[in-house]
Amino acid sequence: MLLIPAMIMFCCGVYGFITRRNMIAILISLELMLNAVDINFAVFNRYLWPDAMEGMFFTLFAIAIAAAETALAIAIIINLYRSARNIDVRDLNKLKY
Amino acid sequence: MESVGSIILYIVVALAMVVFSVLAVTTRKILRAATYLLFTLFAAACVYFMLDYEFLGAVQIAVYAGGIVVLFVFSILLTTRPGHNSERLTSKSRVLGSVAALAMLLISGYALVSRCALYAAKPLADTPTMQQVGKAMMSTSEGGYLLPFEAVSVLLLACIIGGVVIARRR
Repeated sequence: MLLIPAMIMFCCGVYGFITRRNMIAILISLELMLNAVDINFAVFNRYLWPDAMEGMFFTLFAIAIAAAETALAIAIIINLYRSARNIDVRDLNKLKY
Repeated sequence: MESVGSIILYIVVALAMVVFSVLAVTTRKILRAATYLLFTLFAAACVYFMLDYEFLGAVQIAVYAGGIVVLFVFSILLTTRPGHNSERLTSKSRVLGSVAALAMLLISGYALVSRCALYAAKPLADTPTMQQVGKAMMSTSEGGYLLPFEAVSVLLLACIIGGVVIARRR
């Protein structure tokens, strides 16, 4: 039952990841997707194997790694803003061509 | 999902999660998107508390609502002018995003409805105590998590150094 809001949250993350232009907004959508997956782990652990703790620990480590990833991504974005004065993904195409 | 209180709590949490995550990806002010993300993360923490994973809920609030959202707000204030709206979406990207999200929703929703018992009652189990969590985290025997724990600590160290190196002014 708790999987339905998590599923809708993941789809919102997909929509935002595709449509957003600002890099920080893309990162926010990414956080939504990660959280939906974390909720799924915890729910499956609780409802299917209530005596085990594997899903809980997986969620715990996923939260730690997501925090590290977000901090590093924000460092990259701020560095990019310093050199290009812009964090719009359409304008940052120097490395592309 | 037996008592009336838990049903009401479920409805409130699910509504908050859906509404705030939709708002977080559709609002045009980026600072508001970060605020809606904060509310969504609080709803996720409520889900963990409803599942009796108190430690997980506390970690969620401390790490996400306490750390990551603050990072987001700082970086938004550093990189965008206040009061700046992102421009309207082109119809092409909106159609593309909607199609991807709806296809994902249909496929996973069909799988969820057809395979899962949606109204299963929560099995009675004792919530993992802090002692159990700590012992499992620190043990090297079967079911122990010392190796990933240490790997995450090395990863966090690498992340600290990398963040300093990347964001340093040259």
